[in-house]
Amino acid sequence: MPEVTIDVRGMTKRFGHLTAVDQIDLQVCAGEICGFLGPNGSGKTTFIRMLCGLLRADAGSGRCLGYDVIRESEQIKRQVGYMTQRFSYYEDLSIIENLDFVARMYQVKNRRAAVAASLEKLGLSERRNQLAGNLSGGWKQRLALAACMIHEPKLLLLDEPTAGVDPKARRDFWEQIHQLAAAGLTCLIATHYMDEAERCHRLAYIGYGKLLTQGTVAEVIAHANLTTWEVTGPRLVELAERLRSAAGVQQAVAFGNTLHVSGDDAGALRRAIQPLRVAPYQWRETDSSLEDVFIHLMDQLPDNARS
Amino acid sequence: MNVLRKFSLARLVAMLVKEFTQMRRDKLTFGMMLGIPLMQLILFGFVINADPKHLATAVLLADQGPQGRTMLSAIRNSGYFDFVKVLQTEMEAEEALARGEVQFVVNIPAAFSRDLLRGDRPAILVEADATDPAATGNALGALRVLVRDALQHDLKGPLAALAGVDGPIELRIHPRYNPEAITQYNIIPGLMGVILTMTMIMITGLAITRERERGTMENLLSMPTRPLEVLAGKIIPYILVGYIQVGVILVAGYFLFGVPITGNVPLLFLAAFVFIVANLAMGITFSTIARNQLQAMQMAFFVFLPSILLSGFMFPFRGMPVWAQYLGEILPITHFLRIVRGIMLKGNGYAEVIHDLWPIALFGLVALVIAVKRYRRTLD
Ligand SMILES: Nc1ncnc2c1ncn2[C@@H]1O[C@H](COP(=O)(O)OP(=O)(O)OP(=O)(O)O)[C@@H](O)[C@H]1O
Ligand SMILES: [Mg+2]
Repeated sequence: MPEVTIDVRGMTKRFGHLTAVDQIDLQVCAGEICGFLGPNGSGKTTFIRMLCGLLRADAGSGRCLGYDVIRESEQIKRQVGYMTQRFSYYEDLSIIENLDFVARMYQVKNRRAAVAASLEKLGLSERRNQLAGNLSGGWKQRLALAACMIHEPKLLLLDEPTAGVDPKARRDFWEQIHQLAAAGLTCLIATHYMDEAERCHRLAYIGYGKLLTQGTVAEVIAHANLTTWEVTGPRLVELAERLRSAAGVQQAVAFGNTLHVSGDDAGALRRAIQPLRVAPYQWRETDSSLEDVFIHLMDQLPDNARS
Repeated sequence: MNVLRKFSLARLVAMLVKEFTQMRRDKLTFGMMLGIPLMQLILFGFVINADPKHLATAVLLADQGPQGRTMLSAIRNSGYFDFVKVLQTEMEAEEALARGEVQFVVNIPAAFSRDLLRGDRPAILVEADATDPAATGNALGALRVLVRDALQHDLKGPLAALAGVDGPIELRIHPRYNPEAITQYNIIPGLMGVILTMTMIMITGLAITRERERGTMENLLSMPTRPLEVLAGKIIPYILVGYIQVGVILVAGYFLFGVPITGNVPLLFLAAFVFIVANLAMGITFSTIARNQLQAMQMAFFVFLPSILLSGFMFPFRGMPVWAQYLGEILPITHFLRIVRGIMLKGNGYAEVIHDLWPIALFGLVALVIAVKRYRRTLD
């Protein structure tokens, strides 16, 4: 049984009438990379903020890094690296000044060396004296990432860390995260990218404040019990239009030159597409992708739960 | 014509609705819009007094005869002088003036009645704290008239001859500390207090709200910091700025305006330290209460007005109604002005300064405690 880094139950946060986070239980083991997914406004940021003591939970209990998640947030903060969704370092400080500030705040030993190493890894050694405010969006993101890891935290809470980051840098980032995880670092990463979700050890999917599903990628897909057909042919847009209104079809989504048609009742779906299985269309049953599953989950939510 | 066609009434209405809604949401701005004119009305209407009366006066009465007492009651009846203290010695008079407890000391010498009856034209000695010429001017003018006419009743019949041409009594006025009644002597030290108050409150007033507005607060709060660390970190750098201002004002006052610095400069710097910190603490308290930078600025302005009007900077402190004086006593600047004027013009030392130093220190401490308590450790 590996050590559990995050073990919280019933976490709830209300803003007035709105319950932004509703009774979420989450366990993440040491060295695990947990992907945190959900549509906009589903409560990901709010949940992460509660974990590191930035918001007071209205209900819930549990432990984070062995400390009480409600009462011992001061201790938790020391060992957590939190990257905010919006850039929140000082735009009127230079890159090196920002890193230095963070390193001082966490009382990092051998501060200068740590800052220099961080700059080196970031590839910003030459531009160290540039103001953070003058960096491009992607570079700001990369600076923030470097800054929140400078004190070698045991737990990383990353809120959409790669939003706006180019593919090469994203690959490097994931490479680094996997290396760190192998060495025992735990990660909770909020993301909207499916390819990133697939790189996580485990996923937690929330919608409108509630935890809808969790597990490995395969488990999440299997759990959704979704059947998907792929179809190629001419005028797919019209075809999609016709399919969407058919009983048993829950989604028809275009993927380039193909259309993914899915539903959670395999029999009903087969009957629905039967009349359309004629030339020039070519049909093929395929595995449901993570994206099919997530969109399916989102559609399942009652309309009144949306904000 | 073109301009008119592009103009849309609907868009104007949309703007108006939006602006009114925002105004309604922003309770503080709304309150300020009402509060500031009200405050100005009250202050300008009642407090500002070009003819300050009821000035604190001490009496040193050595004369035993009836004419001495008649003289005193005449002085009191003029309405300019309130006898708050009876003194025995010159030493006590000196102290009371230095501390600013009294504005005047009226000294009626031992042989006053006898000399008067003999026709020797005795003298009444009035020592005035003339640091602020505006405060004493009218009172002294009234005194001159009064002394000439006071004993008209007593000096009738056979004594009428004593009245003489110059009047029966000689009035000797000693304007102390600022004998030539140079207003700069009063204004320049006062400006030190006003400038420090304005800039120090403003600077720290924006400190926390700026973090919130720029989103950097989220990051700061996610780090292991204590409130006092953050607050002190924002206060300390500006102490230096405050000292630079003090230096500039002292140098300019001395070389440009020729304001004397009779007292102890290190003592002045010590007092300035307490005063600067108190103002920075007040600013940071505003910063923890205000939701954004604009609100913090408005709160700062809410303090500036009484700081200028009620502190004795612009108008003689003793000339204000009692309730306004009580308000003024709360403000650090009121005490600081007394300290600075005391040190620079009166040559006051530690013993006099301490009376006004502790209220400033207390104010700063209270402000800091409120700031630490109000400092929000979460984003809620
Ligand atoms: N301080 C706040 N006051 C009131 N409501 C809030 C506050 N913070 C968040 N909310 C609401 O809580 C809900 C969840 O917001 P949250 O930012 O956690 O979503 P999210 O999953 O991070 O979304 P995104 O993917 O867009 O970042 C939203 O409906 C949001 O409007
Ligand atoms: Mg978010």
